[in-house]
Amino acid sequence: MPTPAHWESQRCRTGLVGEVCKECGARLFPPRDICPHCAEPAQTVFRFRGNGEVYSYSVVHYAPAGYETYAPYPVALVKLEEGPLITAQLTDVDSADVRIGMPVEMVTRKIREEGQSGVIVYGYKFRPRLDTLDKESHSEPARHLA
Amino acid sequence: MEDVAIIGIGQTKIGEQWERSLRNLAVDAIQAALKDAAVDHAEALYVGNTLAGEFTAQQHLGALLADWASLGSIEALRVEAASASGAAAIHMGHMAVASGQLSLVVVCGVEKMTDTDPAIERGALASAMDAEYEAMQGLSLTASSALLMRRYMYEYKVCHEDFAPFAINAHKNALGNPYAQFHKAITLEDFKRAPVVADPITMLDSAPVADGAAALVLCSGELARRSCSKAVYIRASVVATDRLALHSRRDPLFLQAAYVSAHKAYLQAGIGPSDIDLFELHDASTLLAALSLEACGFAPRGKGIRLGQEGQIDLQGSIPISTMGGLKARGDPLGATGVYQVAELIQHLRGEAGANQVRNARIGMAQNIGGNGATAITHILEAPY
Repeated sequence: MPTPAHWESQRCRTGLVGEVCKECGARLFPPRDICPHCAEPAQTVFRFRGNGEVYSYSVVHYAPAGYETYAPYPVALVKLEEGPLITAQLTDVDSADVRIGMPVEMVTRKIREEGQSGVIVYGYKFRPRLDTLDKESHSEPARHLA
Repeated sequence: MEDVAIIGIGQTKIGEQWERSLRNLAVDAIQAALKDAAVDHAEALYVGNTLAGEFTAQQHLGALLADWASLGSIEALRVEAASASGAAAIHMGHMAVASGQLSLVVVCGVEKMTDTDPAIERGALASAMDAEYEAMQGLSLTASSALLMRRYMYEYKVCHEDFAPFAINAHKNALGNPYAQFHKAITLEDFKRAPVVADPITMLDSAPVADGAAALVLCSGELARRSCSKAVYIRASVVATDRLALHSRRDPLFLQAAYVSAHKAYLQAGIGPSDIDLFELHDASTLLAALSLEACGFAPRGKGIRLGQEGQIDLQGSIPISTMGGLKARGDPLGATGVYQVAELIQHLRGEAGANQVRNARIGMAQNIGGNGATAITHILEAPY
């Protein structure tokens, strides 16, 4: 994807910024300007807190082009506490420990590099919520960005 | 509205066809269909294809294939709706004839997948999803199905091997189909041992890549009744859509587009699910087979897998599916798949399905799904007598 294409969605990807529908009150992510529930305009900015739980998950072993070097990596549908589902990678967690219902929180991480001359794309991933982790049985999440 | 008949079918062998290019495969299928219909021309060509630009750097398939099939300067267009492109092309052909604009058209579905690097091919397949909010996260199309399968297993308290009958049935039926990609029966043990692609989906849950082409000749019912004794009639042709991304759907485990498309098709044909003698569904994964049976009214929610366990999906069962191998074992050359499905229904409705013949088949249904359910296209066909 050429660089300008990332400018368009950068705020939404790094800040988890969506919209709220004034008509029916639905919180929308991604922002889509027209409410999919009531078809009314929904352009009021709404920032999600970034907390949610795992609705479903998988592990990508055979990655699409551009993501091969990261495989295997866990992906999930996360149900945000404000309502909507969001598709994202999980990070700072062993795939074998992921469970449906696991509390997770949004972090900003590197998503991919677009070749040698391309940009490094950052965006949201989700990690186990730190305040729910049992400090005795879990090591500290990795501090590096990856 | 004119009634529309299908008077010719053509299929190529599915698999890795390294010696045949996209145009060779398509022309083989078109010529076979024209010969089967005993006609030597057509007024239009509708091509179902998903990713020729990405896989083989070839676009403009309408003109290319009209040219290479020597069909003259006819109307020729490519139709795209992800993996439902084949049925989308049939739908366009049906509209052209049903509207009375044209009376004799060819539909061809074609895909050439195996010349492509596997990672590029997976990236191209992912373009059926939401590029900015699903594929950008590194999600593959198979992993997207896996998200649904995991949630299905969780909500309905079933295990992975409960899905095995769909794959076992498909592989068994492919043994009787000379065009099928796989001629190898599989066992429950094979299913349990299969390597993981995207947990919990394994190699034996999902259809692999393949090359192939299939074609149909459509004409007005009036023309068919005058000139063709083996015509099969299209009783319904319905396209429906759902929100593109899984995360945007009200209920990801319910295939809304499949439900709407099937139930509008039942209305159009004036029948219900109990009248369907066989159902070519879109088993790109065993999970999609279960969800399709539920959406189309053959099983309550969460009970689609039971039809497999009870043997209802066998050739002798109450609702035979994947009768010539399905996507799983006949093969899934994307944009060609929807045309293969309808060609196979016609084999049954003509009584030409050989060892796989569903007895007394009069009404068949095919449903082609784009991506993980954002497009669903249902056709209902009826034998002439």
